[in-house]
Parts: sequence; C-alpha cells; structure tokens
Amino acid sequence: MFKFIPMGEAVMTSFQNVRPFLGNQWVGLDNYNALVSSDDFQGAVWHTLLLGVGQTAGSLLLGFVLALLLEGQAKRLWFVRSAAFLPVVAPMAVIAEVWRIIYHPTGDGIANQVLSWIALEPSQWINSPDSSLISVMLVGIWRGAPYDMIIIVAGLVSVDKSLYEASALDGAGPLRRILYVTLPALRPVIAILLTLAAIRGMRVFTEVFLLTNGGPNGSSEVVMTLIYKLGFERNQLGIAAAGSVLLFAATVALTLLIQLSRRRKA
Amino acid sequence: MSTSFDSALSLGTNNKPWIKAINYCLWVLIIVVFAGPLVAIIVGAFSTNRDPSSLSLIPQQPSLENFSTALDRSVMLYLGNSLVVVGIGLLFQMLVSVFAAYALARKKFRGRGIAMLLVLATLMLPEEILAIPLSRVLSDVPFIGVNLINTLAGMIVPVIAWGFSILVMTEFMKEVPMELEEAAKIDGAGELRTFFSVILPTCTPALGVIGVFGFTMIWDQYLLPLIVASDSNMFTLPLALRSLRADPEVGLGVVLVGATLALLPSVIAFLCFQKSFMRGLASGAVKG
Repeated sequence: MFKFIPMGEAVMTSFQNVRPFLGNQWVGLDNYNALVSSDDFQGAVWHTLLLGVGQTAGSLLLGFVLALLLEGQAKRLWFVRSAAFLPVVAPMAVIAEVWRIIYHPTGDGIANQVLSWIALEPSQWINSPDSSLISVMLVGIWRGAPYDMIIIVAGLVSVDKSLYEASALDGAGPLRRILYVTLPALRPVIAILLTLAAIRGMRVFTEVFLLTNGGPNGSSEVVMTLIYKLGFERNQLGIAAAGSVLLFAATVALTLLIQLSRRRKA
Repeated sequence: MSTSFDSALSLGTNNKPWIKAINYCLWVLIIVVFAGPLVAIIVGAFSTNRDPSSLSLIPQQPSLENFSTALDRSVMLYLGNSLVVVGIGLLFQMLVSVFAAYALARKKFRGRGIAMLLVLATLMLPEEILAIPLSRVLSDVPFIGVNLINTLAGMIVPVIAWGFSILVMTEFMKEVPMELEEAAKIDGAGELRTFFSVILPTCTPALGVIGVFGFTMIWDQYLLPLIVASDSNMFTLPLALRSLRADPEVGLGVVLVGATLALLPSVIAFLCFQKSFMRGLASGAVKG
C-alpha cells in the first residue's frame, strides 16, 4: 500500500503544476519537457551512468580478485572474509562520514598520504569538480567489492575442481586456469551481480548526498539527488514527480531487458 | 609431490613458505583496507583528538570526553529514535513476512499468482524512487487521513512490508513437508495452533535470516527518515551524524561517537548471524 499508492500519486502529480493552497493545474507533458530539456537533468543522467558503470565494473573486478584470494573453507579464511565484509553491513551514513575524513583535502589527509607513498600529488578529492565523481565511485567500489566477493565465493563452490587439475596437467598456469575454467563457470553469477548493480546504480542517493551533495558545481549530481532537490528544496513537486516516473520506467525497462537476454541464452 | 587444486590459484594448498608469507601479507592488507576505517571510527570516539584529518587505529590519549559531549548533544535521543524505529519496524516486518509467506506458500486461493507478482513488483519499487510521492502520501494517509510527517510512525509504516523477506520466507516455507501440517490437524490442532506450534518452529533458521537482513535494512535507512523528520527531535542516528558534523562547536570526536553508536548494532547483528547472513545472501543470488 505504501508502494503502489505513492506510485499512482507520482504519475498523477507528474502531469500537474503543484501549487500549494491554489489547487493543482493540469499541464500535460510540460513537466517532462521542462525536465528532459534541462542541462541539470542531462548532466545528472550522465553522472549516474558513469558512476553506475564505474562502480559496477570496479567492484566486480576487485570482488573477483578478493574471491580468488579468499576462497576456501578454512577458519582463518572465514575470519578474513567476515572482516572484509563489514563495509557492506555498516550504515551508509557512517561510511560517508569516515570517508569524508579520509578524503580530507590537505596533505596530511589519509587518502593524500597514500598518494604520497606512490609519489603522487595530493588531490582535492570530493572538493574539486575534477575528482568528486571519481571519489564517490571509489567509496562505492570499496563498499561493493566485498558483497560481490561473497557471492562469487559461493559461485566458486560449484566449479568442478578436477578441471583445475586437468588444465594444470595440460600445462596451463594460474592465469589460464582463471580464464578458461573459473570465468566460464561463473557466468550466471556474474550476470546476476551485473543486474543487481545496474538497478542499484540507477537509484544511488545516500552516498552522493552525504559526500558531495551533487557538488562542487553539479559535478557529481545524480538523478536521485536532483529529484530530491527539485522536490524538497525548490518545491517543484510536479517536475520531481516526472523525474521519479522516468527513473521508475528506466528501472523496469532495464530489468525486463536483462530478463529477456537471460532467457534467450538459456 | 602431490598438488590438489582447491582453487584456481591453489593458494590454500600450496606449502611453499614464501607463498604462505605473501598470502598472510595480502590478508592483513585486505583486513586493514576494508575493516580499518571502521575500527578507526571506534578508536577515534575514545580519543581526545581534534585534528579533523586524522584517523588512527591506535588510540591517542584515550578518554570518555567525547561521550559526555555527545550526551549533551542529545545523542541518546537519536539513538532512542533509531531503536524504536528498528524495534517496532522489524517486529511488524517479520510478522507480515511470516503471515504473507504462509499464505503464499501453503494456501491455495484465487489470485495467488497475482499476489506473488505484486510482492515481486514491490522489489522493483525502491524507496529512493518513491521518495517524493511517499512524502505526500505520508502527510495525508489515504482512508485514515492522518499526518505521519515528523512522527516515528511515518518511518515505521513504510518498512513494514518488505518484498525481500516475504520472498525468502515463502521459499523456505515451501520446503516444510505438508505431512507435518496434516498430522497436526489429525491431532486436533486448529489453524492458528498449527501455525504457531508446528510451522513457525520449523522456520527458525529462516527467521534468523530475515531478522538480520531486516535489521540491517531498517537501520541503514536514510532517505525515508530524511523526508519524514522535519524536526531534529525526530532525527534517527544516521541523520544526526550530518547535523553533528555541521555543528561548529563539537569536534570530530563527537561525530565519531555518533558514528560508533550507529555502526555497532549492525556489526554486532552481522557477527552473531554471519554464517546464515552470508549463506542467505549467496544462496539467494546463486539460485536465482
């Protein structure tokens, strides 16, 4: 009830000019036009896509490497995996606060110290339009990789171990074993992770809101932070609702697309 | 020499000492990178450190000063709000999941397919997308006409029905053999009696899973409290962190106290149920 009524409400509102106390006005597709043609929205869509793709690819890659390193049933592997998994269960608000400290833009900020070890100039991180989106992306990768790791580790259980031995007898090194045995066996797991990440990526909100709030200069504005601002700060509820409806349509379209492509393969 | 391949890299079974050493170094690195920042929060909450850029794994000048300042900033109120929301929200969420799953898994009724589809559809309708319209619906709840904005109830009601835990529970209940139920019926137990003393006890492992998932999900809520709480008296702990940070009179340490209080419950819940948590996560994903 608290899902479907708001959805209906959103569709209604998106066709109206919402005026408190004066009553709403039917404006047809004006809200959609205003939204889609605005530079803010186009930029936000672009940033959302960049962030989603970067985070998904980054966490999948890092998660895969972690899974290979931490695969197995031994007790100490369980321990390392659990420790690495903590970012996934920690509340996003807490993570955002700690990363704001890590990203402190002076030379003695932690992230800048790490840069100095590998002889790089200190960065402004979330405070500069050039690096804000990448900084948010890194946090997303850091939080997403352990999640991907756990699911890949579970998928690795189903890999036929005798294939490793067979390929080793044929003279294949570790890299080839990964490429020709491990990866093909993990294909369904990776497909699911991609689906989940794509849907999650479209509605990214809390980390952007808390880390950069879309700034500086709109350099990291994503669709959800823009909708939030339109709705709650600028009071343009109709346009914000139009944004929600578009986002919802995009999510459904993406989900169906992935489902279809999976069914065709099967 | 016999090498058995447990994994692609065959790390676990390799006995060469230098490979073992590299392995241990990598593990330590992984723990520091992923768990380190979170440990540093807790350590920082106990230090009297005023430098806004430093976090350390080793406590410096340990003290409880931050905690007493945090008390003055009504951290307890925020913690209380969070606990009320997660306590009542989780209780109702689990009740709804159990009953919905019972109906979906074990009853044959008209429209069951549609009901299942609706549950699946809610999974595609996340709070983020609904934020704007949800805030309008909460300010004037249909049929009842009450305003839930700026009340804890406004944060509780929307989390009560959660498609994810209904689905997990439904899958589990399908596995419970029908014979159990029939046996109870023959012994003369009524519908409710059967449910509570036969079906529910067999579902305890699944209850643990949806409990810990639900807890983490409600505890991590941000956008929902953000749109519901217009007054700082209603802030939950995650929301309060932002205003604590913006407060020029409190130092970093006090923010870290808040962060510690927000962090610990989910970490403890995870550590207590980690096996079933990770298995639930993994089996759901790999099966689907």
